[in-house]
Amino acid sequence: MMELLETVFVRNNLVVAFAVVGVTIWLSYLLANKLTAGRIHGSAIAIAVGLLAAWYGGVATGGNRGVADFALLSGIGLMGGGMMRDFAIVATAFGAQLSELKKAGLAGVISIFAGVIVSFIVGAAVAVAFGYTDPTEVTTIGAGAVTYIVGPVTGEAIGASDAMITLSVAAGLVKSILVMIGTPLVARFIGLNNPQSAMVFGGLMGTTSGVAAGLAATDPKLVPYGAMTATFYTGVGCLLGPSILFFIVDGMF
Amino acid sequence: MIIYGVALLSACLVAGMLIGEGLGIILGVEANVGGVGIAMLFLVLACNSDRFSTLTEGAAGSGVKFWSAMYIPIVVAMAAQQNVAAAIDGGVLAITAGVAAVAVSFALVPALSKIGTGQDPAADKEEGAP
Repeated sequence: MMELLETVFVRNNLVVAFAVVGVTIWLSYLLANKLTAGRIHGSAIAIAVGLLAAWYGGVATGGNRGVADFALLSGIGLMGGGMMRDFAIVATAFGAQLSELKKAGLAGVISIFAGVIVSFIVGAAVAVAFGYTDPTEVTTIGAGAVTYIVGPVTGEAIGASDAMITLSVAAGLVKSILVMIGTPLVARFIGLNNPQSAMVFGGLMGTTSGVAAGLAATDPKLVPYGAMTATFYTGVGCLLGPSILFFIVDGMF
Repeated sequence: MIIYGVALLSACLVAGMLIGEGLGIILGVEANVGGVGIAMLFLVLACNSDRFSTLTEGAAGSGVKFWSAMYIPIVVAMAAQQNVAAAIDGGVLAITAGVAAVAVSFALVPALSKIGTGQDPAADKEEGAP
């Protein structure tokens, strides 16, 4: 019986991964709606569940590829590997209208670049404060503070260790969840009550799920404005992280 | 045809990766310099150009939209295959970096919102922002 299961699961590992991830996401969205009343976006919970499962996988198998080291779940490694990840990230740029950027205006465009660069500097500074001096490691943590996707994309492009890449995902996830929860709390103090400031906010924060959930909890009318600029943020991050920002860090250490 | 959109997406990624890899060699670093970002730039340009409309509209567009919608599931799979056990020691670093980045970004919102106010009324009129 066990053998039969293993044969089928291993032979169809990618398909199994689709099903497992699908169920995980379904459960996570259920939890998000029931336990947090949608305050924390289902995607953030799903990613957190993924990291938790990866931790268990690592401890249980002694391997370094999270749950993908379980033979039955080896397809997760394929589905979440660098190739599929990059493919899907690039696809998210589809439908981005350059005219939207014009609507966002100068402040919107400045906020996107400022958001990426400032988050990177803060993340990198924290890494240095924790005693990291290797430019690859500092850059990867800085990129993780940009978003949980810019971190691994940058880390892999510049050859960071898998532990550093994992930390960058975690840093990005913390950022995303904090934006979801914190936005309605600080909205009053940062003047987040009009389309203009929502666009600047989206550009500065950049984490699309965080911005969407945070603005929805503040004022649903602001969501499209924030999403408009946040859409471009990850692209700018993937462009600057493994290039100019890495070179600057590399020159400093 | 759905495959046209998927093929366009693939071509953008491959082209971006080739340029990123090439830049790495030219600049003498062992890195793919901005490959994914360059690929996204290509896709945005293709979407905004009439020349590529057969590859981006209708069924062909659904081929790209599917992969765009698979982004979060793939990120979840990516999270599930991280080497968390080895990274757990750095957990405090990850949390500090995330919290600090959010705090500083929040603080910048009022400042940057002000920069734009002189510029935006005019832009709103001509573009008719929603």
